[in-house]
Amino acid sequence: MHDYSLIWLIPFFPLVGFIVNGLLGKKIGNEKVIGAIGTLAIAASFVVSCKMFFQLLGDVEKTHEVILFSWMSVGQLQIDWGFLLDPLSALMIMVVTGVGSLIHLYSNGYMHGEEGFYRYFAYLNLFCFSMLMLVLGNNALVMFVGWEGVGLCSYLLIGYYFEKKSAGDAAKKAFVVNRVGDFGFLIGLFTLFWALGEHGVWTFQFTKIAENAHLLPAGGVVVTVATLCFFLGATGKSAQIPLYTWLPDAMEGPTPVSALIHAATMVTAGVYMIGRMNGLFSMAPDTMMVIAIVGAATAIFAASIGLAQNDIKRVLAYSTVSQLGYMFLAMGVGAFSAGIFHLMTHAFFKACLFLGSGSVIHAMHHAYHKAHLHDDPQDMRNMGGLAKKMPITFITFFISTLAISGIPGLSGFFSKDEILWWAFSSTRGGWILWLIGFIAAGMTAFYMFRLVFMTFFGKQKTDARAKDHVHESPLVITIPLMVLGLLALVGGWVGIPAALGGANRFEHFLAPVFEHAQETYGIHSQHSLHAFEFPLMGCSIGIALVGIFLAWIMYVKNPELPGRLVARFRWLHTAIFNKWFVDELYDGLFVNATKRLGRYFWKGFDVPVIDGIVNGVGWLVQGSSRVLRFIQNGQIHSYAMTMVLGMVVIVAVYVFK
Amino acid sequence: MITVNHYLVLSAILFALGTFGVLTRRNAIVIFMCIELMLNAVNLSFIALSHHLGNLDGQIFVFFVMTVAAAEAAVGLALMITFFRNRESIEVDDISMLKW
Repeated sequence: MHDYSLIWLIPFFPLVGFIVNGLLGKKIGNEKVIGAIGTLAIAASFVVSCKMFFQLLGDVEKTHEVILFSWMSVGQLQIDWGFLLDPLSALMIMVVTGVGSLIHLYSNGYMHGEEGFYRYFAYLNLFCFSMLMLVLGNNALVMFVGWEGVGLCSYLLIGYYFEKKSAGDAAKKAFVVNRVGDFGFLIGLFTLFWALGEHGVWTFQFTKIAENAHLLPAGGVVVTVATLCFFLGATGKSAQIPLYTWLPDAMEGPTPVSALIHAATMVTAGVYMIGRMNGLFSMAPDTMMVIAIVGAATAIFAASIGLAQNDIKRVLAYSTVSQLGYMFLAMGVGAFSAGIFHLMTHAFFKACLFLGSGSVIHAMHHAYHKAHLHDDPQDMRNMGGLAKKMPITFITFFISTLAISGIPGLSGFFSKDEILWWAFSSTRGGWILWLIGFIAAGMTAFYMFRLVFMTFFGKQKTDARAKDHVHESPLVITIPLMVLGLLALVGGWVGIPAALGGANRFEHFLAPVFEHAQETYGIHSQHSLHAFEFPLMGCSIGIALVGIFLAWIMYVKNPELPGRLVARFRWLHTAIFNKWFVDELYDGLFVNATKRLGRYFWKGFDVPVIDGIVNGVGWLVQGSSRVLRFIQNGQIHSYAMTMVLGMVVIVAVYVFK
Repeated sequence: MITVNHYLVLSAILFALGTFGVLTRRNAIVIFMCIELMLNAVNLSFIALSHHLGNLDGQIFVFFVMTVAAAEAAVGLALMITFFRNRESIEVDDISMLKW
């Protein structure tokens, strides 16, 4: 019999790290000690996660619930602080603590010498705690605590450089946009709660929800509305259309934060949530269709914006939005394990890409600092030729780029191809979804190689004075890069599909979580289409190579070609470069409208009515007391006089009645 | 023949005089004396009515009033002396420190 009772240690260690660094960090002051506390806290929970993971791997029973203590108890409703360990959450804790540990280690080098070093590590640990609560919670309320916690940490870390106005604004934007999504999550949760309550099941517990989901009519209004609301929550947290605008701005935060929160873990919370409630989502084909369409649209839309950005981190940000779109596409067509598979491989290669870009930015910043220049260290137009200067960064970055572009043999290929295959062949899919994903894959290959060529190839375009100061980053930065690069290379091998002679062990591992819903609601890849599997695979390899080739022509062979193309298609470039003016559209539609409404209530309601009532009461009291003041004059004689007169009146009334 | 009405009218006149004095004068000692006058006017009507009705209750009441008046005189005069020592005045208008 396996024992999982120590599972609470996993979120506990980062919480301790947060408390120690948060309360005592300023007093400790020593960067090495603070960094060690933060990194060891998450590394310890990685060790526990490994133990739990391998224990689960060898266990027959795949779903374990550990109740820590009762949180609240109202009537029949019993809510616990409990943990749920099944293949899905086991995988997530491995990703969160594994990638998290590497990024903590990396941060030791990257954040060296920053003011508020302890603050950074405290927030980072708090984030890990919240994220682990999110993925481990056995009921939706504990998940919601984590859900809000990661949102808070995201806000705090985006605004880490809070003395910069743009960082503060980006943090606020992320928070407000996420609130819109959280609202959806809550409404969905309560809809579900009451709907199940009607049938006498009052619960937030995932296992019980799954057990009793059949009480609700499949495809009915209640299930559709609840899942759509949940999906709204997912679009907020996971940066999908229409709520994706916060993620590119979130790049104002330190780069390791972008890697951990805005690429590997937090933004995948929405995908995880859908995976966690896959039974419910499977019951609502309409919602699934919406998810698939939104995912595909986001994938291609964000990829198109990524084509023309010049800020290295922004390209990666749009790439993240686009890749998250793939995951939602997978969830939407019922390929839950493919979506989670892509979540995992994406965590590896995107974290590596972000950390690599951080290494580049770190080097550029350092060089500019040495040369006393104030150029933008994130602008790719100032880079070029860094491959020789920073070989380790280059190699790991290049591997990850190959992975994300879908080159056969690397992790991204297996996961992305599985998604595209399901999009094409699933009973809930269609060839249009495949086509959109297919084009987006070509765009991905193009913009990623554009980034690599602009940054690492060609002549070094850095200012001559700073040129020679560009150096490879220290080991503490390159070790995480190497580990993640290796994972980006081999991480996909656990999910090699049967068609390629693999066993797809990944899918079998997750099967206990997803299989039931897929079987019950008839979600599978259609047998009549299996002949297409290899041709489609060939197509996606082909378009990746086309994308790479185009990038090579435009940014290596004929470096003046992009300029000519821009001149030729000026309107298109303007639209893409300005992110299709979505921010401006939202500003006009929502932000300014809200501001105007607020202004109207201020000038039209608050000032005349509310203030009017308050001030009116004041005036009334003042006015009446001005009259009454004459009576209370403090003259004892007039008081006595009044008394006597009063007495005379009373006596007169008595006598002459 | 002097009837009870004569006494009552005299008492009323004395009481009115006392009241008038209390209301108009500013000197604390004069006010004090006026209050004594009012008390004694009341005593007069008590005695007169007691005699008229053949009931001793009124006369007992008068003893009480005189006792209270004596106590009042002792305390009141002490206050005035203390106040005069501090302010060199016993005008009631000067006793206004608690007014805002």
